[in-house]
Amino acid sequence: MSLHVDVEVAVDHFRLEAEFVAEPGETVGLLGPNGAGKSTLVSVLAGLTEPAEGRVELDGSVLDDRAGHVHMNPEERSVGIVFQDLLLFPHLTAEDNVAFPLRARGVPARDATDRARMLLGRLGVGERANARPAELSGGEAQRVALARALVAEPRLLLLDEPLSALDVQARGRIRSLVLETLRTFPGVRLLVTHDPMEAAVLSDRLVLLEEGRVTQTGTPDEIRRAPRTSFAADLVGVNFFAGRLERADEGTGRLVTSAGEIVVAWPSDLPERSEDAIGVLRPIDISLHLQPPEGSARNVFRGRVVGIEIAGDRARVQVDSSPLLVAEVTLGSISRLGLVEGTDVWASFKAVEVTLLPP
Amino acid sequence: MPAALALIAGLGVALVALPLIGLIIRTPWSRAGDILGSGSARTALRLSLIVATTSALVGLLVGFPLAWALARSQFRGKALVRALVVLPLVMPPVVGGVALLSAFGRRGLVGGPLYDVFGLQITFTVWAAVLASTFVSFPLLVLALEVGLRSLDVRLEDAASTMGAPRWYVLRRVTLPLLAPQIAAGLVLAWARALGEFGATITFAGNLPGRTQTLPLAVFEQLQTDPGGAIALSLLLVTVSFVVIVTLRGRFLQTR
Repeated sequence: MSLHVDVEVAVDHFRLEAEFVAEPGETVGLLGPNGAGKSTLVSVLAGLTEPAEGRVELDGSVLDDRAGHVHMNPEERSVGIVFQDLLLFPHLTAEDNVAFPLRARGVPARDATDRARMLLGRLGVGERANARPAELSGGEAQRVALARALVAEPRLLLLDEPLSALDVQARGRIRSLVLETLRTFPGVRLLVTHDPMEAAVLSDRLVLLEEGRVTQTGTPDEIRRAPRTSFAADLVGVNFFAGRLERADEGTGRLVTSAGEIVVAWPSDLPERSEDAIGVLRPIDISLHLQPPEGSARNVFRGRVVGIEIAGDRARVQVDSSPLLVAEVTLGSISRLGLVEGTDVWASFKAVEVTLLPP
Repeated sequence: MPAALALIAGLGVALVALPLIGLIIRTPWSRAGDILGSGSARTALRLSLIVATTSALVGLLVGFPLAWALARSQFRGKALVRALVVLPLVMPPVVGGVALLSAFGRRGLVGGPLYDVFGLQITFTVWAAVLASTFVSFPLLVLALEVGLRSLDVRLEDAASTMGAPRWYVLRRVTLPLLAPQIAAGLVLAWARALGEFGATITFAGNLPGRTQTLPLAVFEQLQTDPGGAIALSLLLVTVSFVVIVTLRGRFLQTR
């Protein structure tokens, strides 16, 4: 049960060539800047755009095959999509929106409504079942859209920019819900986004799409270690740590990742432990030293400089520590410290600089 | 607002209001009940309602696919088709009636063979009245539906199809409900236009009481013999139109 995509698509003057595989149990993030061809790819997977060449295969059944003249219509595919603008039906209540995919497939009204209501309840918007989309907040609408994508138990779950329409506060809550939904979804799951941060947090593996081509695939860490394009390098711009969060001493906690642990400030409203915590650190908050640094920084890691990328009067320095770190320093620091690839350095940052994403 | 402007604007209002006031004042109220209750008036009103309603519905049936084609597909001669569809709106109705005669009359393009082969005659039947009313009113429906279809977000229909909805289901549960305001507005406009239809009807369908004599035709006939009665019937038509406008304003034409 997996998704195999190998297509060429021509829309007006735009050409898209995409080849990738998504296995169930992993979230594949399709990451690319605006105009890279993400929407076109979504349209192809949905069956709304027919590829000019190639094949799309989901769970053993052929959705598209130009050579074999196969094109499965959108309504015959088992795909659940959360659209970028949600596209909730404005004339239907939240409940009827969610029941729609079931009713369209001939499920009796009573059954469909019951299942819709149950799912809305599970996603925390049960009490809004009778509201129309115009009456829903951004976060509520997102939950309804998620419920509608899930209700018919599709083989492929496709989330198109699921967080982009939300304000910062709703974003944190919906991010955890999306993460949870993706983790528990049994089929193939795809996330489409232009936001490297969002992609890195929500995906197990990334497919980078630029100007209609796949430029790199790999885990977020693999791409961070060896970015092949400048867009991929943007991913490097985010230090992020995913792992288990435990309380340590007064006011601090430990974020235990597969590549080492870091000390973070302990937020007062957190439970004692959290299995799926994510910490984010800006490269600019990391300082580099040639000697073990003195001072108050709680996080100090030893490592070797494996890459220096200069942009303007600043440079991004990759340090091969555990965990892998990227620091942003001035060119002045580079020359003062005499940093070149291979230099052994100490990287340090304060616990409070690590932002914990709502788990 | 400058005084001169206000004066001219006032004249504009008077232009519409004075005839209406005249109608109300000149109505022979003592006889009004008898006139409106008379058999011929009631027959004409009933026929008018039947003809206008049938025309509006036939217009919707024919107009919807046409509006769909104009709004959503590309074909050669589309500009010509659109001009053709709008033509009945600007054409003098009596000319429309003559044109209908030459197509569907007993010796017409279609009417001739229809009569010769099947013995069917359209002219001077209630169907002629319906055809005449539909001819003049369905462009209003096509225009309303085309505007509606253009402003409808196609992505909603696409989204529906990705949820397993076959085409007819998308049409029934998404497209038509979203178009409901435009459908209603188009129906009411076409219905009102059909209700007032005179020229094409009298030319093509004739003036046969009980068969083709709709209310406007009855008003015209009564004017020769009983002006008071004609005025009372006119007031009835005005009232019906007025109710339609008020309904439209409230429900479909959002005014600020």
